[in-house]
Amino acid sequence: MLHIINKSPYDRPALDSALQTGEGGILFTEDGVYAIAKGGAAEAKIKAAQGKFKFYALSADVDARGLTDRVMEGISVVDYGGFVDLVAEYKTNQSWL
Amino acid sequence: MKFAILINEGPYTHQASDTAFHFAKAVLARGHEIFRVFFYHDGVNNATRLTTPPQDDRNIVDRWSKLATGSELDMVVCVAAAQRRGIVDDGEMKRNGKDATNLAPGFRISGLGQLVEAGIQADRIVVFGD
Repeated sequence: MLHIINKSPYDRPALDSALQTGEGGILFTEDGVYAIAKGGAAEAKIKAAQGKFKFYALSADVDARGLTDRVMEGISVVDYGGFVDLVAEYKTNQSWL
Repeated sequence: MKFAILINEGPYTHQASDTAFHFAKAVLARGHEIFRVFFYHDGVNNATRLTTPPQDDRNIVDRWSKLATGSELDMVVCVAAAQRRGIVDDGEMKRNGKDATNLAPGFRISGLGQLVEAGIQADRIVVFGD
């Protein structure tokens, strides 16, 4: 399953909820992209889960929040077309609103 | 592949309507089909033609209308959510005794069955909201 997270990890526990599902893909959009900042509070959680999950972040939202040069290793930054491809690739998706 | 899009948040609130719009454009650019865009809850506020944002800001409602007419998108507004929030077409104006309409071009008001059908007919449904 593709998990779509649009909330900052400093605001809501959506990332924790998604990680509890065990495996899949996690796409960060909107304020969700704060999770992929180097040195951020979510960094350790994401690193620990990288064997089970693939992580993606929406480039327009990464850029809009000044995180372009602070993206953690192992995060694939995708544009809106890449967002569409991910939804097509994963059979199911869940927006953690 | 057939996509359906559900929008639960109004314009100029957080970012869901913007993200959904860019996603919809990208779906079409990738050569996929959009079976339906369904506006629910505060998302119905994307369908009022009376919004007047500042000229240097994006016009979210017009943007949807233009995408709908250019790509023959089926954009459906939930009737119960619309009634609560004062989104009115000719039929609703007559039925509820109102003196005006404000549904923007390209949108139509219908029921929740349209969302269920979109969920069944589309290969993927993506939810945008807050």
